[in-house]
Amino acid sequence: MTRNRKITLAAVAIALYLIGVPWLCAGRNYYLGVVTTASGLAVICAGVWLIFYIGRINIGQGAFALIGGYAAAIAVTKWGLSFWIAMPFAGLASMLVGMLIGLPLLRLKGVYFSMITLSLTETARLAAQSLKAVTNGPNGILNIPLPGELSIFGVTVIPDFATLNKHRALFYLGAVLLVVTYAVIHRVVNSRLGWLFRSLQQNEDLASSFGVNVPMLRVIAFAICTFFAGVGGAFFVVMQQSIYPATFAVQDSTYFLLYCFIGGLGFVFGPLVGTFILYMGFEVLQGFKEYQPLLYALLMIGVMLWLPNGLLSIRLPKFLPPKTPSRPASGGDI
Amino acid sequence: MAIMEVVKLTKRFGGLAAVNNVSFDVHEGEILSVIGPNGAGKSTLFKLISSFLPATSGKVVFRGEDITSQKPHVVARKGVIRTFQETTIFRDMTVLDNVVVAHHLHSKASLIGFFLGTRVARDDEAGFRRSAEEIIDFLGIGQMRDEAAKNLPHGHLRALGMAMGMAAAPKILLLDEPFAGMNAEETESALGMVRGIRGRGITVLLVEHDMPAVMKVSDRIVVLNFGEMIAEGAPSEIQENEAVIEAYLGREDEELGI
Repeated sequence: MTRNRKITLAAVAIALYLIGVPWLCAGRNYYLGVVTTASGLAVICAGVWLIFYIGRINIGQGAFALIGGYAAAIAVTKWGLSFWIAMPFAGLASMLVGMLIGLPLLRLKGVYFSMITLSLTETARLAAQSLKAVTNGPNGILNIPLPGELSIFGVTVIPDFATLNKHRALFYLGAVLLVVTYAVIHRVVNSRLGWLFRSLQQNEDLASSFGVNVPMLRVIAFAICTFFAGVGGAFFVVMQQSIYPATFAVQDSTYFLLYCFIGGLGFVFGPLVGTFILYMGFEVLQGFKEYQPLLYALLMIGVMLWLPNGLLSIRLPKFLPPKTPSRPASGGDI
Repeated sequence: MAIMEVVKLTKRFGGLAAVNNVSFDVHEGEILSVIGPNGAGKSTLFKLISSFLPATSGKVVFRGEDITSQKPHVVARKGVIRTFQETTIFRDMTVLDNVVVAHHLHSKASLIGFFLGTRVARDDEAGFRRSAEEIIDFLGIGQMRDEAAKNLPHGHLRALGMAMGMAAAPKILLLDEPFAGMNAEETESALGMVRGIRGRGITVLLVEHDMPAVMKVSDRIVVLNFGEMIAEGAPSEIQENEAVIEAYLGREDEELGI
């Protein structure tokens, strides 16, 4: 596809999403909320995907979302900051913790890295539970206000959410975050940075042999990953207007992996597609909810066996040119 | 003039000295080979020089600067580039992309510049592509440029490894067993490549098993046995050297391609 065609396609997709979803869900706030939640999850999931892209498996994304969530909640309720400052602050706070943990942690390869990240979410939950002075312990932080007005030089850029249709306003906030996140990831992957990340995924020794600063690049990838987790966490906090230690649990951290798998690890939009299909699919199939972990597990096994490159690797030969192993669609093995 | 000096380099694994007190110079513009029987410590020496393994004692001096036990990417930035044994390449990338990526050292753009796609970054990109095309043509794999690297036959993989080494524009290129597992014809063409690389003013240090190939291509040879250096000299001198013959053959003179 040519560059112009791609841009047109993206613009059309974004416009359809921004107009179509609120229109379809008019008067059905519950469903609009489902889409909004999915968009927030997809933002967090983008970070997990990026770590797959450098050849590691991050099972601790929930921890960083939780950190971002608490950072935003504390900034808004205790320090009285505007949500519009608290959200990037949450991203940075999560990124800072991510880089501090990442520096030693990212030296570990393969399963060792995954094992430690797996324990991070539980660690974060326990920390949130016991640091009562900061996090209010198991009771959580409640009554977090909706985003207020954002004005620059007296001009109102975003009106106070309380004066708007709350559900719709949150949907648009989620949509903007979603678009920005995936634009950033897409740009990263298609720039030289993406080449370097791919070189790490394939062979770190070889990359360092021609001068790539491998440890630094790993930390950069992890910083981007945890920033998205923080921003996503902040978004959930303002959406639910509350946060508890269990807002993000180990289960959530592993679901992010599954979302990436389903969509396809070799595709920038894999985690987005995976998140929307799986999350919304289960909301529609309400009756199966109690079997969700079981079905997710089976699905994960099935995808690994029969569709190792994810849903996006399926091509309809009539409508799309055959898949070439060119830029965004390489990778795959981890 | 010595471009690199290896001074009393030693590596111990527990009680075993894999490389013991080895000293030699690498002269600018030469092809120097390190040979020795299996287990002589060639590969360890190679890793020590390229800093993929920290030395127990001794040092490696490159252009007057001590580079011992520095991080591999730091050593690479100074102009010491290594290739790998066997098939260490980016398997899922095309041949051309492998070589483009290997130009990394020469980027002028910052990481933020890559992200924003600044003019400098785009110029880098175009320049790397041109240079990569030139290098793969030079090494005779230009016709495979769009092939996924994992699909290349053995001989071409080696050429790709060398192409990636050249892409980094090293002062000294360290080749790890460049002729291993090749048939006579492939070896012949690989010899041509090594000479071609030297012809571009790059000093070559190679570690190798294949004696006839080493004899043909080297200016000087260093021989290791049980971690110690037992001989150093021109191929003709090495062929005559008693200690070398003994190390390779035991007491009896049998056939060996030297």
